Amino acid sequence: MLNERTKAKLVEVVGSANFQDSSEARLVYSYDATPNFQSLPDAVIMPEDKDQVKRILTICNEDHVPIVPRGSGTNLSAGTCPTQGGIVLTFNRMNKILEIDEDNLTVTVQPGVITLDLINAVEAKGLFYPPDPSSMKISTIGGNINECSGGLRGLKYGVTKDYVLGLEVVLANGDCIKTGGKLAKDVAGYDLTNLFVGSEGTLGVVTEAVLKLIPIPETKQTLLALFEDMDAAAKTVSAIIAHKIIPATLEFLDQPTCEVVEDFAQVGLPTDVNAVLLIEQDGPPEVVNRDIEMISRICREGNAVSVKVAASQAEAEALSTARRSALSALARMKPTTILEDATVPRSKISKMVKAINEIAVKYNVKICTFGHAGDGNLHPTCLTDARDEEELQRVEQAFEEIFHKAIELGGTITGEHGVGEMKAPYLALKMGGEGVAAMKAIKYALDPQGIMNPGKIFAKDTRKRVVVRS
Amino acid sequence: MTATKDIQQAFKERLDYDELMNCMRCGFCLPSCPTYGQTNQYEAASPRGRIALMKGVVDGLIEPDESVEKQLNLCLGCRACEPVCPSGVKYGHLLEEARDIIQQKKRHKWPVKALRHMVFEQLFPHKERLKNVHSLLAFYQRSGLQKAVQKTNILNVLPGNLAQMEKTLPPVPTKKEMKERPFLFEAEGTAERTVAFFTGCLMDTMFMETNNATIALLQKAGCKVVIPEVQTCCGALHAHGGEKDQAKKLAKQNIMAFESIQADDIVLNAGGCGALLVEYDHLLKDEPEWKERAEAFAAKVKDFSEILLQQQFVEKQKLSLPSQIITYQDSCHLRNVMKTSSAPRKLIQVINGSVFNEMENADHCCGSAGIYNLTEQEMSMQILDYKMEKVKETHAHTIVTANPGCLIQMKLGVVREGVEGSVRAVHLADLLLEAVESK
Repeated sequence: MLNERTKAKLVEVVGSANFQDSSEARLVYSYDATPNFQSLPDAVIMPEDKDQVKRILTICNEDHVPIVPRGSGTNLSAGTCPTQGGIVLTFNRMNKILEIDEDNLTVTVQPGVITLDLINAVEAKGLFYPPDPSSMKISTIGGNINECSGGLRGLKYGVTKDYVLGLEVVLANGDCIKTGGKLAKDVAGYDLTNLFVGSEGTLGVVTEAVLKLIPIPETKQTLLALFEDMDAAAKTVSAIIAHKIIPATLEFLDQPTCEVVEDFAQVGLPTDVNAVLLIEQDGPPEVVNRDIEMISRICREGNAVSVKVAASQAEAEALSTARRSALSALARMKPTTILEDATVPRSKISKMVKAINEIAVKYNVKICTFGHAGDGNLHPTCLTDARDEEELQRVEQAFEEIFHKAIELGGTITGEHGVGEMKAPYLALKMGGEGVAAMKAIKYALDPQGIMNPGKIFAKDTRKRVVVRS
Repeated sequence: MTATKDIQQAFKERLDYDELMNCMRCGFCLPSCPTYGQTNQYEAASPRGRIALMKGVVDGLIEPDESVEKQLNLCLGCRACEPVCPSGVKYGHLLEEARDIIQQKKRHKWPVKALRHMVFEQLFPHKERLKNVHSLLAFYQRSGLQKAVQKTNILNVLPGNLAQMEKTLPPVPTKKEMKERPFLFEAEGTAERTVAFFTGCLMDTMFMETNNATIALLQKAGCKVVIPEVQTCCGALHAHGGEKDQAKKLAKQNIMAFESIQADDIVLNAGGCGALLVEYDHLLKDEPEWKERAEAFAAKVKDFSEILLQQQFVEKQKLSLPSQIITYQDSCHLRNVMKTSSAPRKLIQVINGSVFNEMENADHCCGSAGIYNLTEQEMSMQILDYKMEKVKETHAHTIVTANPGCLIQMKLGVVREGVEGSVRAVHLADLLLEAVESK
């Protein structure tokens, strides 16, 4: 628990209404969207501006109190679960779009802005902010920056880090720094902007961000290709890229995923084929037409049993919205849904999908797979029951083997969800010991007391991941 | 055992743990929740937060203290979180069970106890008594007493917005009018289907005219309408207020009443009641001898707007109104539980002479929510004021609703905004009858 003196200092900063330590408040900020992680913070604090954040961090640094910055709590790697106690810092009062600069094509925002609100605001001015995580209706832009979120449009447009031009960050000692800015070119010193993007709240607190915008694409078309054979679908993904076409979106869903998604969304997704590709292309009409035609041909040559272009914008929209619900819809099948984020070079998709299926059979666990096939980012999702400890052990083993396979294929342990605490034991797999040591050197240079989101990214020891913890 | 331990034990025994686990905390429900929006996104005031609180009690992480109870009470029960939940969590059932446990184990102070006893056991289950209360109200309105009282401003001493609410009361029918209504209405032309009409308590007393309008519309659509005499209150207020046993008793009475009539459908015009009627099978799930009967009953329940559309009412009748802008406020339970949202809109849109303007967030609760506008007045009015802003943006002259609670609340909104002269709130049935008759 916080001592009374620290509490009094924090209350003085934000006022008693914005500092909560009732058992109710502590409970409802004890989790994010990661299964089986839950841990009560000592308190929740809701600052209204950068100055309050500075004062809060100064107090926490002096009194050695952990700080966990949290957006809407949609994190999937336990990155915003307060596993070491301390204070959850929320941004619901720092949620303003400060400026849309049409001359420089930038938008300046506070971290608590909901991603979809930002997207809608810039699109109203004919501009485009491409990163579109599946959780964008709820997730905050601050959370997206901290986790370097991806999304369905990542294949063509990249992820959050490709759109962050500048940041205002409060460091653990209360210092406030500004990185980058509205500049299109800037190579002054280390690229601190990119260092903070995806740092998962372990290096500082983002209090403002300048984001890059691009002109909105003129048109968009959506295509569904159905395959009897999962391997054929995966090979088709590689073939599309090999033909030098970069679709805006190239999503993959297996049969069980289609079934649950259709059950929820009722958009006419087929439930009787083994694999579905959801493909979108955007841009000038003539380019979109040409690409969609070409993609259709490649799909047919790849043994697709059906290739269909969405008849209307509304139909296309409904399909991609349905795809965004895939993870949560899978939760209909079993009580516990553990989603992973294994990523491989896109040319290795078919090998990875095959390996996932073999591993599922080997450990006798139920794994559904969907994901951003076009950028090699797969979400093998295990349907299990946290109460069945024996099965959970097998799930663990299966995921461990999946990670090893991903690394073996030249991939990584997370494409867009972050390492958090859930995947901390696997970081060294990707980075090697020296890589982890270099990261730690940066971490402790900026946060010597280790108050910033402790327990995340770096594993305490080399023990295997144990998902169950409360 | 202390009350707290008692509640905790009952949570463990009675809350469906699988359902609690089905919430995978993705947060997709958050934007749909009116209280989450109105509390500046406070997690405890969201469906995900409330499920976490219930699970926290079951898991022994927290005690079911007053703050937990407060958050459960602050929920409108609008169930807007359910259709947007990809995991399909039945939030409403969890909430109902949790509230029932807290109410039953709670040691109420005697005035609360007396009031609850009067409302839940002595008044609503007894139609005759309700009629008596309403005939008193009719006397109050017609004797000139209402006008005299309003002139004195004496009602302003009432707490909260009761004084404003009093102004919104529709003229209620006399006891004689209530008594003399027949129980069988032949269809206009050939009877294409027979429907049993669920009258409801408030709908059949305070809003009797709306019930009569609904029956008239059904007749015009080719339905023979039968009103089963022994039907009683639907039990929704009881189920939502933590009086589940009483709700079950009323459900059984209604099932028996409607079984005696061989009707094709059970039709009503109040989303709040309908939502419980279509879930009688869930309410009675632990009573095997009622299972089939409850399922058969629930399968027949439909909102009158759906029946009108099915019966090609819009092709059979010419609908027109003097020029006006109309907007529609969804009844949460009609939309989220009975799954009726397009039928009322289709009916409104075919009325000649009027323009339909959809309001932003029409599917957000208006804040009425049963007796919520009395028990959680502050939040209710905050939500209503937000709603009225959205109404204003449509420039509507007429706000159409499909449930008595919403109708009273929207009328209150009109009074609060001081726009009684230019904006009105009406039930869909009344509007449609007006459109049939206005030639």
